[in-house]
Amino acid sequence: MYPHADVAASLRLRRARIALCCALFSVLIGSAAVAQPAAKGVGQQIAMEGLSGKVAACSGCHGLKGEGSAAFPYLRGTGQDYLMAQLDAFANGTRKNSLMQPIAQGLTKAQRSAVASYYSRLAPPARMVVAPAADPARPGEWLARRGRWTEDLPGCAQCHGADGGGVGSHVPPLAGLPQAYIAEQLQAWKSGSRPAGPLALMAGVATKLSEADILAASTYYAHMGTDPALAPPTIEGRAGK
Amino acid sequence: MNDRQNSTNGRALRRRHWNGLALFAGGMVILVLVVALGANLMFSRMPRSSASSSPAPDAMTQAPAVPHARASQSPAVVHDLAPAVGTVQSGVPQAHDPAPVVKATATQAAVAPSPAFTPPNENQLPDGAYGKVVRLGEQIFLSTGKNAAQFVGNDLSCGNCHLDAGRKADSAPMWAAFIHYPAYRGKTGKVDTLAARIQGCFTYSMNGKAPPQDDEVMTALQTYFFWLATGAPVGTAVKGSGYPDLQRPAMAPDRARGAAVYAENCAFCHGANGQGQRSGTAQVFPPLWGPRSFNWGAGMHRIGTAAAFIHANMPLGSGGSLSEQQAWDVALFMNSHERPQDPRFTGSVEITRSKFHAKDDSMYGQTIDGQVLGAKR
Repeated sequence: MYPHADVAASLRLRRARIALCCALFSVLIGSAAVAQPAAKGVGQQIAMEGLSGKVAACSGCHGLKGEGSAAFPYLRGTGQDYLMAQLDAFANGTRKNSLMQPIAQGLTKAQRSAVASYYSRLAPPARMVVAPAADPARPGEWLARRGRWTEDLPGCAQCHGADGGGVGSHVPPLAGLPQAYIAEQLQAWKSGSRPAGPLALMAGVATKLSEADILAASTYYAHMGTDPALAPPTIEGRAGK
Repeated sequence: MNDRQNSTNGRALRRRHWNGLALFAGGMVILVLVVALGANLMFSRMPRSSASSSPAPDAMTQAPAVPHARASQSPAVVHDLAPAVGTVQSGVPQAHDPAPVVKATATQAAVAPSPAFTPPNENQLPDGAYGKVVRLGEQIFLSTGKNAAQFVGNDLSCGNCHLDAGRKADSAPMWAAFIHYPAYRGKTGKVDTLAARIQGCFTYSMNGKAPPQDDEVMTALQTYFFWLATGAPVGTAVKGSGYPDLQRPAMAPDRARGAAVYAENCAFCHGANGQGQRSGTAQVFPPLWGPRSFNWGAGMHRIGTAAAFIHANMPLGSGGSLSEQQAWDVALFMNSHERPQDPRFTGSVEITRSKFHAKDDSMYGQTIDGQVLGAKR
């Protein structure tokens, strides 16, 4: 009995040591991996500090971690191609915005690409688990998830994902964006002050939306819980009313 | 006889004759009505089997979401998902024809299309045990891989081809499927029930396994379809059934033109490689070919069916924006890629082709870029 117990104990000890070594090793490797991108690249530098005297830092409005603020959208975890396309559109004036146009124009194509890349690599906000079935009694949710096919209007979720987290590098997330921002974009597509987007999909969608639809859908996505720390300002008013 | 006749009062005789005549006439009228009614019923039940020989109703409005064979034309021609699609001309050699010729059936528009049908609003979903099963069916329909995982062998959901959860007209809606079954199908060579037809979807379109007829999945799907068909006229041609008929293209479908159409209009969502896109574990845009798409036995693998679906429904929310020619070209492009084997595979692509694809507009068994489609293990 005793010798067996000794062997078992020493085995346990040896295993513990090995585990400890492994843990230490992985922590070292892990911190090295984290440290790598932490070395400030061009993208991060522009994001945090801007270009002195020329371009304001993105973080001023979009938050130190790209989490957004007030009606300014979060950028973290948003697809690079999407961000790049928006910066290009601001730069060439097809997406009209008095704040963003001079900023985008002040950056070279390479600098815009670096910023887009930086934000796309930041972890996206945590996504809420969505109920499996949309509730037809909630107009905003129904429109967002199922659309209105009598008018050939797909649900937002059919391209942006059921959790509103966006898809791939081109389709941006919607969940947790400020209500005013989403509504403003839909209005911009309606009026043509924002490019119609790939396949003119968004312009096509927006023209089928009423004012009530825009309020309902934007409220749904603004309220769609993300990271509580990033919770958008509460919008009063009931969806669809 | 004569004695009796002579002894009978003439008026009474005439009256009796008159009564007999009236009885006979009445009987004939009833008989004619019954025959007419029967013929009418028969006609409306099997319009597709007489499509070429009689003034059958417009194939577009006739066509259910699910296949009916035009038996008289060519019993081997099966319309799996959208029988509305033109019938392949039988007798036209297909084996080396990369641009299958499809005969348009629009000329069959002889009977006035029935009024459009609208399924009940979702707000009217009933409560209780029945409503619960309807909702389950709807959820299986929308997230098939998640809610009927044991029967699904790819990354598709029913709702990928039957838009708006099987409600949308011209997208092979399920209310239309419900009112058109049981029906004779060339694909199986027999009358299939709705359950058998759904089993076919799982076998081919979902590249999976047919659920047993009494499985909860089958019950839920059929209950959902039944609810969608509330108030729909059974066995009658209803506008919006199947996919709208396409005219034969002006130019033979072309793969290179199709590739250009694809790059411009489809790749954004379905990917340049046709494998769709996911968000986490959820498949948002379905794969159009390759190992996770529908197999070589699915109706959508036929050029005409795919072209009709695409023209009416793609890009999502912009149905009708591609020209018919573009739809034909891109359908040929899509279906000229490898996909899972036909479950009826005999062990030889050639034999499988001649047995199941000789008369449909299929690329199965044809050589594309030096590869025989269907030959990849």
